[in-house]
Amino acid sequence: MPPKTKPAEAAVPADDVSMNDEPVGDSPSSNDDPHNPARMAFGEQRIRILPGSSDTAASFEFKGEDHTLGNALRYIIMKKYAPVPVHLPRSPQEYIILSSSIACLEIGQGTAVEALEKGLDDLSDLCDVVEEKFIEARDEYGTPMEA
Amino acid sequence: MAPVQPSQEELDRRKASINSETVTNVTSTDFPGHWPGEDNSWSLSSFRNTFNINIHRNEPLESSFSLVGIDASVANAFRRIMIAEIPSVAVEAVYVHNNTSVIQDEVLCQRLGLVPFRGGKEGIQEFLKWHPRKKDDGMNTVIEEEEEENTKFDYNTIILSLKIACTRNKEAEKGERDPLKAYHNAHVYARDIQFKPFGRQEQYFSGEDAIRPTNPDILVAKLRPGQCIDVDMHAFKGVGSDHAKFSPVATASYRLLPTITILKPILGQDAEKFARCFPQGVIGFEKVGKKEAQRKGSGYEGHEGENKAVVVDPMKDTVSRECLRHEEFEGKVKLGRVRDHFIFSVESVGQWESDALFLESVKVLKMKCEALKQNLQTMNR
Repeated sequence: MPPKTKPAEAAVPADDVSMNDEPVGDSPSSNDDPHNPARMAFGEQRIRILPGSSDTAASFEFKGEDHTLGNALRYIIMKKYAPVPVHLPRSPQEYIILSSSIACLEIGQGTAVEALEKGLDDLSDLCDVVEEKFIEARDEYGTPMEA
Repeated sequence: MAPVQPSQEELDRRKASINSETVTNVTSTDFPGHWPGEDNSWSLSSFRNTFNINIHRNEPLESSFSLVGIDASVANAFRRIMIAEIPSVAVEAVYVHNNTSVIQDEVLCQRLGLVPFRGGKEGIQEFLKWHPRKKDDGMNTVIEEEEEENTKFDYNTIILSLKIACTRNKEAEKGERDPLKAYHNAHVYARDIQFKPFGRQEQYFSGEDAIRPTNPDILVAKLRPGQCIDVDMHAFKGVGSDHAKFSPVATASYRLLPTITILKPILGQDAEKFARCFPQGVIGFEKVGKKEAQRKGSGYEGHEGENKAVVVDPMKDTVSRECLRHEEFEGKVKLGRVRDHFIFSVESVGQWESDALFLESVKVLKMKCEALKQNLQTMNR
């Protein structure tokens, strides 16, 4: 059956959509949209620490993440805390990082959770530098021509 | 601050070797504890000093740039995000009122979904919001059809329609065999799709900014007299990980910068043959100078004035390894790739500027980190 296309008066102004003050980047496509998946990621608890983990050796499960974040995060954690050896996706929905006890203990730099937190921090700092340098390089090159 | 120049040893370490049958030295080794006496641990300031971006091309639909001094895992994250996680608008629902063409309804709908559209950037990226997705918990979709209708508004749905019928062209010559001349609308193209703005969409999508196919010449179907297609389409925002039609890029790929090292002189006829082993512009010629010819052990003795092969632009190389097949070049040349020099090529399908796509991918990765960091704080330990 053909749908009844909504006339303008049925439209709710976008401004009426409830806004909450969760921290989001200033990405134009994600500012105040409750149905944006990137934004919904903030509301949902997506990290689980797997049973059998100790302070210095832990396995984490990331819901809804894949190699995109997993591999980058593995790299940045390895840059700080020697080997983070195992790194295996069980299904597309889950992503697991195992953090080696030996590595964390040897370095004596705190717990696995701290290592993960530091990794996320470092990766987000790295993004800032990349963004800054790209804008710099683009401005130097000149703005794109209009099509 | 001027970028810190890495030592020759460090530079060599960043190269993957390309041999005639194998590729070796492909894994990053810049981790703490890997090289004795070297730190190699993460430092933002040293990353800032060594990391570099060069733009090679920057056009609205196509750009090419190099990221130098970044790890493959991070470069790959940007590439994957550009393909799968940056939102764009594509046809998600097609309502078929009539379709008497030879193309089955479901095939026609699939084709319509894959037609890329473009329109005002402000409208698409800021005004247009996400349509609440059907929750698919494995077996059944949670939002019923009727309920779904109450979720479509001017700020999250673009309505398009395709209504076209094929008729005989009375002015065509008798016995005309070319269907395009004998009939009207024998071919249905993407440009026949009409945009139906409603609500506040007029403000954002009018004139130049109207929603229209990026490539108007995409062939959607072929008709014969008496056949017609009459469909309405609803387009939503989505991401490429859901369906490839939502991917904002035609391609987003990278390759590593090739390196060609000439170890021993390649002269005269050999030099010409060597140059022909590579795409044009990769290898050039220089005359052997007097000083070189006089220096003992340089390999140039007695060759003054002859042509020698020199590497001009390795970026143009396709790394075909042709030069490794010839006996006369054995041991004279070494091929490789710089492991941390990524030459990106991003081709947008129209909704984003190609350079904005890369910037958006950086933002998305950052946002992922921040969301997970927040999760980590509220996690049950």
